[in-house]
Amino acid sequence: MTLSGTAVPHAAGFIVNETPRIVTSRFDDPQGYAIERYLATGGYEGLKAALATSPDAVHAEVRDATVLGRGGAGFPAGVKWGFMPKDVWPRYLVVNGDESEPGTYKDRLLMERDPHQLIEGCLIACYAVGLSQCFLYIRGEMALAQERVAKALNDAYAAGFVGKNILGTDFSVDIVLHWGAGAYVVGEETALIESLEGNRGMPRLKPPFFPAAIGLYGQPTIVNNVETLANLPWILNNGAAAYKQIGTETSPGTRMVAVSGHVKRPGVYEILNGVTTFRQLLFDDQYCGGMRDGRTLKAFVPGGGSAPWFLPDQLDLPFEGSQIGPQGSMLGSGAVMVMDDTTDIPQAAHSLTRFYAHESCGKCVPCREGGTWLERILGRIVDGHGTKRDLALLLEVGRSICPGDFPHAASERLGLSAVPFPYQMTTICFVGPSAFAPVHSALTLFPEEFAARVSEDEPIPSGTSVPVVLKGVSVGD
Amino acid sequence: MTDTPVTITLNGETVECRPGELLIAAAQRAGTYVPRFCYHERMKPVGMCRMCLVDVDMGRGPGLQPSCMVSVAEGMVVDTESDRVKQVQEGVLELLLANHPLDCPVCDKGGECPLQDQTMAYGPGESRFIEEKRHYEKPIAISDLVYLDRERCILCDRCTRFAKDVAGDPLIHFLDRGNETQVNTFPDHPFSSYFSGNTVQICPVGALTAEPYRFKARPWDLEENESTSTVDATGSRVALQSSRNQLVRVLGVDSDAVNWGWLSDKERFGYEATQSDHRLVEPLFRSETEFVPGRWNDAVSRIARDLDGKRVGVLGGARLPIEGQFAWSKLLDTLPNRAYRDAQLDDGLPAGVVLGLPRASIADACAKGGVVVIIGPDLKEELPTLFLRLRHAATEDGVSILELTPRATSLGTHAALSLHPLAGTVGQVAAAIAAGTSSQAVGGVEPAQIEAAAALLASGRPITIIGGRGNLAESGQYTADAIGSLMAAHPDATFLPALRRGNIHGALELGFTPGFAPGGVLDHDDVLDASAILEAAAAGELDTLVLLGSDPIVDHPDRALVERAFDRVGNVVAVDLFMTESCRRSDLVVPAAGFGEVDGSFLNLEGRLSPLQAKVTPPGQARPDWMIAVEIAMSAMTDLGFIDLDELRRSLSSSVQSFSAIDWSMLNSQDDGQRIDLDRPWTPEFADPLVAPPVDGYGLRLVVDRKLWDLGTMVQHAPSLAHLAGEASLGLSTSDFERLGVEEGGVVSIDVAGATHRLAVRRNRDLPRGAAQIPFRLTGFDPGVLLTADRLVTEIRVSAN
Amino acid sequence: MSRLTSANEIIANEIIARYPRPKSALIPLLHLAQEQDGYVAEDAMEHLAELVGVTPAEVLGTCSFYEMFKLHPVGTYVINVCGTMSCQLLGADELIHHAEERLGIRVGDTTSDGLFTLERAECQAACTEAPCLQVNYRHEYRVTPDDFDALVDTLAAGGGDVPPHGTLSRVRQHIPANRSVGAVPPEQVTGPPPWLPSAEEST
Ligand SMILES: Cc1cc2nc3c(=O)[nH]c(=O)nc-3n(C[C@H](O)[C@H](O)[C@H](O)COP(=O)(O)O)c2cc1C
Ligand code: SF4
Ligand code: SF4
Ligand code: FES
Ligand code: FES
Repeated sequence: MTLSGTAVPHAAGFIVNETPRIVTSRFDDPQGYAIERYLATGGYEGLKAALATSPDAVHAEVRDATVLGRGGAGFPAGVKWGFMPKDVWPRYLVVNGDESEPGTYKDRLLMERDPHQLIEGCLIACYAVGLSQCFLYIRGEMALAQERVAKALNDAYAAGFVGKNILGTDFSVDIVLHWGAGAYVVGEETALIESLEGNRGMPRLKPPFFPAAIGLYGQPTIVNNVETLANLPWILNNGAAAYKQIGTETSPGTRMVAVSGHVKRPGVYEILNGVTTFRQLLFDDQYCGGMRDGRTLKAFVPGGGSAPWFLPDQLDLPFEGSQIGPQGSMLGSGAVMVMDDTTDIPQAAHSLTRFYAHESCGKCVPCREGGTWLERILGRIVDGHGTKRDLALLLEVGRSICPGDFPHAASERLGLSAVPFPYQMTTICFVGPSAFAPVHSALTLFPEEFAARVSEDEPIPSGTSVPVVLKGVSVGD
Repeated sequence: MTDTPVTITLNGETVECRPGELLIAAAQRAGTYVPRFCYHERMKPVGMCRMCLVDVDMGRGPGLQPSCMVSVAEGMVVDTESDRVKQVQEGVLELLLANHPLDCPVCDKGGECPLQDQTMAYGPGESRFIEEKRHYEKPIAISDLVYLDRERCILCDRCTRFAKDVAGDPLIHFLDRGNETQVNTFPDHPFSSYFSGNTVQICPVGALTAEPYRFKARPWDLEENESTSTVDATGSRVALQSSRNQLVRVLGVDSDAVNWGWLSDKERFGYEATQSDHRLVEPLFRSETEFVPGRWNDAVSRIARDLDGKRVGVLGGARLPIEGQFAWSKLLDTLPNRAYRDAQLDDGLPAGVVLGLPRASIADACAKGGVVVIIGPDLKEELPTLFLRLRHAATEDGVSILELTPRATSLGTHAALSLHPLAGTVGQVAAAIAAGTSSQAVGGVEPAQIEAAAALLASGRPITIIGGRGNLAESGQYTADAIGSLMAAHPDATFLPALRRGNIHGALELGFTPGFAPGGVLDHDDVLDASAILEAAAAGELDTLVLLGSDPIVDHPDRALVERAFDRVGNVVAVDLFMTESCRRSDLVVPAAGFGEVDGSFLNLEGRLSPLQAKVTPPGQARPDWMIAVEIAMSAMTDLGFIDLDELRRSLSSSVQSFSAIDWSMLNSQDDGQRIDLDRPWTPEFADPLVAPPVDGYGLRLVVDRKLWDLGTMVQHAPSLAHLAGEASLGLSTSDFERLGVEEGGVVSIDVAGATHRLAVRRNRDLPRGAAQIPFRLTGFDPGVLLTADRLVTEIRVSAN
Repeated sequence: MSRLTSANEIIANEIIARYPRPKSALIPLLHLAQEQDGYVAEDAMEHLAELVGVTPAEVLGTCSFYEMFKLHPVGTYVINVCGTMSCQLLGADELIHHAEERLGIRVGDTTSDGLFTLERAECQAACTEAPCLQVNYRHEYRVTPDDFDALVDTLAAGGGDVPPHGTLSRVRQHIPANRSVGAVPPEQVTGPPPWLPSAEEST
């Protein structure tokens, strides 16, 4: 059987389908990343349109378009920009190109294939919120993206699109290219800011202070995802109204989704926000075309490695955050990982838990110690050395990270109903809970696969309790 | 910001909180202790350990929030005891213990360990962690004084936060990531901070231990009382801990007014000197070239004879507690002849400035939004705990610092403006600042800088002037002139003296200074200062020189003058703790009781009186200074009016006006002590400023200043500290250094007044052009040989050969 | 081994000038040091500490947080095989096993000729192209054992378009002086950018 979507050879994994193309329109041009090709295909027209009106008007246009953040949290960009306190200067824009959530692959393509679109988006954002310095933070392990963006920035500076007196107007912005050095947690916006200040990328606690109020150098700072900003040129060219014609009222436009794992045609697809369902994405010809080798679907991760898992029961849900949450998961970063019936569930969960345990920044005790502990327990279960007590322990360690009920999907097979998203957490950011999410999903939705793996309990070794020593005065306060 | 209290509901009770207060602090004031590891009330919260999570409801249902990061808000409903909160606390503790070595029985912290205590109170008690724990090399020395056991560390960020945010010495840091995170230094860059011991005190586990205390005692063997550090004039509040009549540890006490719980390592570890085997334990009489031990009564009657009817000069007094100073002052006042006295050794400031200007408190100087002018030394070297307070004020509370110092000090990086006049010109520079403008550069300070300084002072913000002696090679009169000009131009300014020596303010207050009787009463008859006393001795005009805990041979800047005085004076009596250089040249040495061995009181640089408490007994026959004075008086058949401490204090309060309102009965129970009454019926008069000799185009103006670790008696008798004193070298500004064309560390010639000396030279970026610096009392070279008391400034010539 | 060369120090200062605060340049400068030496040497960290005005401990604190900075020499080619879920579902473990066999080393080690270092890495944002790997942070997609052997052969023979470990982008950003707005320490910025219409004008 042939699939109807068209693979684009030079943009690894990108597949053209029938969805209108807002951010991927230049991906099938092999030279689409060059400034000449960009200019020849309407490049920087959105910027010109923006400069022709007032910053406030541009801000209003973006707010009206309801561009949901594509970095994971799905917060509308225009509203976030409005959180900047009035009259506090300077302000900064930090572009989050740290893409590293397991399963996620889209921002890298946007930077490699169409860097000028991103630059134009940055300029529009800078103009709208009144700032003159932007930092474009690209993940360290993306040499090609760095190269393409560096070249694009150099060309854009030379051509007068970036820097002083852009397009002959007073509008002036520097865009500084910056790249990381390998730490997933730096994708979290406050960690990103720490990293950009030259520090260890450890998240700051928010609230009380969100970056929009207190961010880079303590100043108001907007952090936006690459894909979020890549939408702006189109919106300025076509208007918010046109944008809202696509997708749904609450989730307008399109979004990029990477589907990986056991499907016939894994790939990156631009799909209709709020409309396309998981069933369509996984099984339609223009997308993934169904399971590989005639296998059946066992489970899938709907929104990047942090998201609780879904079962075939949830296939008919659309990419609409307000519908996913009540069903026990989240859309996150546009990453679907598909497992067929051959999948070793404990092992699959372990590969994710290992990831989050490894990527803990070390700040919060529950994540630093709990994540590693979960990984070790799960590891020994996968290796066949686990005991029954380990299964309970997994859940109890997890509860130290996320007390209370943890969200999960409904399972008709097990007679489970859904526990809605979100969860309570004892940690600062989502890395800690994310180490538990796959364990919890796997254990809840596929208990039999664990039961089959563990043996009866052995006695607890001695010498693990705290020695009691006479108490005296307490120093350390 | 308003001061209207914020009302919250805490475990069902209504509680009024201060606006902006952190929930954990508000709860504690209301009597609810929320367990914590990373939060420390004197540092910015980081929310790391997650132990303090509580249920907070702002109207949308309860959610877990770290109480150390959340400020109270009107209507907040807080539950610190919910099942969920308890579950979190148990969970955090279990996770903390997962990798903890549980070696409590051999841990210094065992018995006083917050981790242990909280595990007992809130924890699961048993760990289900059966895997291999994290392993590190057991304790590593991260500095000369501090050891780190990374296996015990719970990564609370207290030590590292302290190092960076409080001390400004980020030499320890988190390294690596996640479960591998550790605290450590950069290879071969030890944590050599003057404040390193604080990290040991605030470490909530036994990960950081102090070399002097390691394995010395177990907490349940310790006895403790609260006292005041006499190491310098800050008067930091301390807890003294002893075991079997030995001082084993000094901890900082959180006095809001003074040290906020912090101590310098000198204040913390200096107690080792008290325990030294080199303490004097019996009176020693000179016989020919040796000393022979003698009876106490003989010593006392001998001193009585040496004083009676004799021409007496007294040097020192700052080591003594208030009570010792008062008793000695009374004793000296009973003598028929005037006994000249000076507690400063020509290394301080004219007493009128110190006693007469309106005195600031540390809190005044550090109050939000003020301006602080520093005319004096590098406070980090001389008054390190005061330095910490000012550093905090500059970095956190918007205090602007104007440095008028011989070189950039450790506060320089936080200063709004740093001006470094050459020796002898600070008075003129200050006069120009007071005038608001200058048409030309003064002492190397440009007109624009002078105007900027004037503008800063004219901004209407409250001004505190901190004055001390930044340069022993420059007459203290210049500093006084500078202070005078600025006070005249800004009459509302207040003054905080930066004299370093222990109880120097008690000594000045009780008349150990020319021109003043006790209580800051003007007394113009007595006008011999330390140098004049030494001159008199050298001229044969004194019969007896009494050294009250002073060591002029090494401490007075004019080496030659002291030699002449000692050679000539007939009789030298020393009351001291150690056989100092000067004791060795004395005729009679009497042992006194020292820090931790006497009850008494101490007057700090703000005029704050706080208690000294005995914790151990003095060695041998050593006695409190006040008792020595009383015994001498008795031997001379004189009645001082008191024979015990209570009587003495009553006498002090009734005869010295500034102490009249002191409530002695309360003293031991107050962390912040009581300030004495410093209102004087007179104001200091400032004479016309001295003018400095013109700068010799080939010469360099010498700066002689102090380092914390030096050859001082106390440092040298504290085994853990003694080796920290560095080697002396000559520092030159980059441009003078380059002009000289020598290598870093190369030896150069120094010519002064016809004599030549040789010394290694180093580039010192803190120095202005035209200045040369040699630290006082380091090893290898004594700059005292370059100085004379009568020279206003010292000019040297340096050449490369 | 070394501090930055004078040529690299010039680049370093250019980078520092782009940031409102010098310490922000630390990660780019650590990359520069790694580009120079193939790893981040102690002397280089001390040099960077001087350049941005922090202590060496602070430089090491930042440096050691990030996976990509190597504190010891590594191979000319660092091969990172992704082992996270999407790749694992499609044979990452087998690929890593094969790589160990082929190179004759364990994950984390370097071949004795100093050419290859093998690492097991986390998700490389190429999940649809599983299993994948990177050579000096340049992707290879859907790698079979045969592909792996061919890759190693090519690299060992001096082929392939991969610069030695430490070099990421071969294009440096260049901000021409006459086009630069300029970085200003935040405390020196007192108002909105001059081009921004004031509130009254825009409403
Ligand atoms: C652990 C963690 C990792 C994250 N990683 C990324 C990332 O790699 N890229 C990204 O754009 N956002 C990431 N985010 C989300 C950011 O914190 C932030 O919400 C986002 O960049 C905001 O941009 P947006 O509003 O345009 O989506 C991450 C969040 C968390 C908690
Ligand atoms: S949850 Fe984990 S990664 Fe996030 S801040 Fe806490 S320790 Fe760091
Ligand atoms: S050494 Fe002590 S103070 Fe420092 S981080 Fe570890 S536990 Fe905290
Ligand atoms: S005390 Fe609040 S998180 Fe540690
Ligand atoms: S899981 Fe391997 S690239 Fe994402």
